[in-house]
Amino acid sequence: MRKGDRQVIINSQKVTITERDEAQGLIAQRDFGGTKKWRTCYVSDGTGHAMLYTASDRAIAEGIDVHERKEAISLIHDGHRCYGAVVRDLITGELSVYLAKATALATGGAGKVYRVTTNAIICEGIGHALALETGVACLGNMEAVQFHPTGIVPLGILVTEGCRGDGGLLRDVDGHRFMPDYEPEKKELASRDVVSRRMEEHIRKGKGVKSRFGEHLWLDITLLGRHHIEHNLREVKEICESFMGIDPAEKWIPVRPAHHYTMGGVRTNHTGESQQLKGLFAAGEAACWDMHGFNRLGGNSVAETVVAGMIVGEFISDFCDKKENDIDIPMSLAQQFYDSEKAKLGSLLNSAGKENAFKLNTEMQEIMTSSVGIFRNGDALAEGVKHLQDLLKRSRNIGLTSKVPGVNPELVMAYRVQKMLKVALAIAYGAQNRTESRGAHFREDYPHRNDQEWLKRTLAFWRDGADLPELQYETLDVMKMELPPGWRGYGAKDYIDHPDTAKRQAEIDEIRKQMEGSDRFAVQDKIMPFRDKLPASLRGRNERLDEPLNG
Amino acid sequence: MSETQKTAAPGGQTRHRMLTFHILRYNPQDPDSKPHMQSYQLEEAEGMTLFLALSEIREHQDPTLQYDFVCRAGICGSCSMLINGRPGLACRTLTKDLGTEITLAPLPVFELIGDLSVNTGKWMRGMSERLETWVHTKEQELNLDKAEERMDPDLAESIYELDRCVECGSCVAACGTAQMRNDFVGAVGMNKVARFKLDPRDTRTDDDFYELVGDDSGVFGCMSLLGCHDVCPKELPLQTQIAFLRRKMISVGLK
Repeated sequence: MRKGDRQVIINSQKVTITERDEAQGLIAQRDFGGTKKWRTCYVSDGTGHAMLYTASDRAIAEGIDVHERKEAISLIHDGHRCYGAVVRDLITGELSVYLAKATALATGGAGKVYRVTTNAIICEGIGHALALETGVACLGNMEAVQFHPTGIVPLGILVTEGCRGDGGLLRDVDGHRFMPDYEPEKKELASRDVVSRRMEEHIRKGKGVKSRFGEHLWLDITLLGRHHIEHNLREVKEICESFMGIDPAEKWIPVRPAHHYTMGGVRTNHTGESQQLKGLFAAGEAACWDMHGFNRLGGNSVAETVVAGMIVGEFISDFCDKKENDIDIPMSLAQQFYDSEKAKLGSLLNSAGKENAFKLNTEMQEIMTSSVGIFRNGDALAEGVKHLQDLLKRSRNIGLTSKVPGVNPELVMAYRVQKMLKVALAIAYGAQNRTESRGAHFREDYPHRNDQEWLKRTLAFWRDGADLPELQYETLDVMKMELPPGWRGYGAKDYIDHPDTAKRQAEIDEIRKQMEGSDRFAVQDKIMPFRDKLPASLRGRNERLDEPLNG
Repeated sequence: MSETQKTAAPGGQTRHRMLTFHILRYNPQDPDSKPHMQSYQLEEAEGMTLFLALSEIREHQDPTLQYDFVCRAGICGSCSMLINGRPGLACRTLTKDLGTEITLAPLPVFELIGDLSVNTGKWMRGMSERLETWVHTKEQELNLDKAEERMDPDLAESIYELDRCVECGSCVAACGTAQMRNDFVGAVGMNKVARFKLDPRDTRTDDDFYELVGDDSGVFGCMSLLGCHDVCPKELPLQTQIAFLRRKMISVGLK
C-alpha cells in the first residue's frame, strides 16, 4: 500500500488522506474514469449521503421550512415571468398554489423514462416537463444521456466507478478481461460512454453471460482483497449481499450498462435562470447549465449539485434582493392555473378512457431503452419517435380503475406519464435530428463527431397543442473557448474539426508562449476570464497546498 | 472461474414458489376505509426483493396500494416497514430469505399516511430540531477561499461510522420506550448526539449534551431492550453508543 494510505471519510466536511504526507487530514480524493489526476473528493462510499445530510442539518439549523411530500405539477407564468407553481400534496391529494419571486427546479434527472436506470425511482424528469410545458422555457441537449457501465443485473443499482478506479476488472463469459483489447491505454478507466459502448459491443459479439434477466458481463473486484472491499467499498459489498445475495470478495458481480445521467435539462444562463422565462431557475441535474456538455465525468454530479447549489443559490438570493424583480402577483393568473390543473385531474379521475397508465409507462421505457439507448441509428430513432408520439396520444385517453381519495398512486402515474412522454420525446427527437456522434450520443450511422456542423446546443420547446418538440440550435463560439474541441485521448482521431479550431488553438498557443513564466491566473484571464461570471462572494482564489493564501 | 458463473448467474428456468402477501391496508384519507388485512398472490422471481414484489402488485393487481420507495438501493431509508413483524428496509429484503407467507404492515410510532407509508420525515425533523443535530461552531465568518480544516483520518472515520444512519425509523419502531413515550428521541437521536459529540468542530460541552438528552426522553428513558441495535439495517453500533452516552451523562449528572 502507499504511504499515508487512502482510508476514507469525512463527516462530510473534512477528511482523510492522500498519499502525500502534507495532505494528511484533508478531504480524500481519488481517480475516477476518464481522469488523469486525483480530482474526485469522496467520503468512503457515501459521498452523496454525507453531503445530503450536512445540507439538511444546516437547513434545520437555519430554521428553513421544508415542505415534504409536495409535488409541483404546473408552473404559473404569463409567458415572460414565472410566479410560482401549482402544487399537489402527496398525502392528502389536495392542490395548492405557491407564489414566489423566484422559482427553482432542482428535481434531478429523468432516468425513469428508461427501463434500466441507476437513478432513484423518483427521477422521472417531472421538473424538465414542468419547464417544457410552459411552452416558453426550453430544454437543452436532452439527447445527451449517459449510461453507466456497472449497474447490477437486474435491479440497475449502481456500483460505484470506484470499483474500477481502485483496480477492479471487467470480464466476459469466458472470464477474459476484454477492455485492454479495445482500449489498450485506459482499459477499464476509459470514460463512461466508451466503457459502456465497449461492453455492449462485446455482448453483441456473443461474449455476454446469459441469464433470465438478459445478458450481462462480470465486474471482478475479488482481486482487491477482502480488507479493501470491506473498508473502501463497503456499500458495494452491502449492495451485492442485500440485492443479489453474493459476496463480492469471493464472486464476480453481474453488471450491464444502465441509464445513469441526464446531461441535458432546463436551459439556463450562467446564473441558473431560464433564458426565456424570468424568475424560473434550475440547478443540478435538472439544468442544462453547461457543466457537462455531451458527456460527464465521474464525480461531476456531486460537483454539479454542490457547485450549482452554491452559485445558483447565491444568484437566486441576489435576484430576490433586487427591487426591479419585485412582482405584483396577478391572482387571476394563479387562479387560472389552479383551475386548469384541478380540471385536468378531475377529467383523469372521471375519464372513461381505456388506457392503463402503468402500461403506457412500461411501453415508454421499453422504447427508450431499445431505440434511444447506447447505440442509436436513424431508422430506430424515427421508429421510436413515432411510437412515443402514439403513446402520447394514447396517454390522453387514460382511464383509472380507482378513484380513492388521498394521493391515489394510479392518478399519480397517470399525470406523470403524460409529462414523462414529452421529456422522452425531447430526448428521442433530439437524438434523431443530431446526425453525428458526440460524447454519450452515439449514432451508428454517423459515427464521427462533426464539429463543423454540430458544435451547437439542441434546444427543445414544446408549443401549445404540439405533438412533437420544436428544435432550435444554439451555436457555440470556438473563438471564446479555453480548450477548443480536440482529441479526447481515446479512440481514433477521426472527427471533423470546426473551421475555427485551428485558428483558436494557434491563438491560445501564442498567448501561452508570450506569457511563459506568468502565473496561471494571468494566463487564464487572458485566454478565458470567468470570475466576473461568479457571484461577488465567490470570486476569490481557492487555496491549494502548493498555492497557500496569504494571511 | 466457471464455478463463479454457475453459482452467480441465475440461468435456466426453474419453478418458482407462489408467494402470498398479507398486507395491512388503511387509507386515513378515505372515510370509508377501515384497517384490514388484504392478501395478494405473486409468483416469485430470481433475485426478487420486496420492492420488485410490491411494484408488481401495484402495477398488475391493485393500483391503490401505498408504499414508499425512493432509491430502492438501501441508502435513502424511505421504505422501512414491518416485515413479518420486524422493522426493516423492504428494498433490501430478498423474498428468498422469507417463507411463502409474508406479512407486511406500516411502522408503528410514526404518523400513518396510508397502507405501508408512514411519515418518518416529520418525526425526524422534530427530533433534529430538539437535539440540534448540526455542528455548532463558534460564530465566525466562513472563508470559502481557504483550504478546509484538517481532521485526523481515524477520527473522521469514526464519525463517518455513525454518520451512515439513513433515518429509516426502524430503530424507533423496534423501541419499547418509543411505543410508550411520544417524546423519546430513540436510538437515531442518541446516535446523532454521539456523532456530534465526537466532532471536534462542535463546541458543545458534555453539560450542553446533558441538557439535550440527560432525562427520560433521552438516554435515561432507554430500557436497554436494544431492539434498535438488532434491526438497524446499517448495522450501526447503537448498543455501544447508547451505553457510552449514558455513562457520560451519568457522570455529568452526578457532578
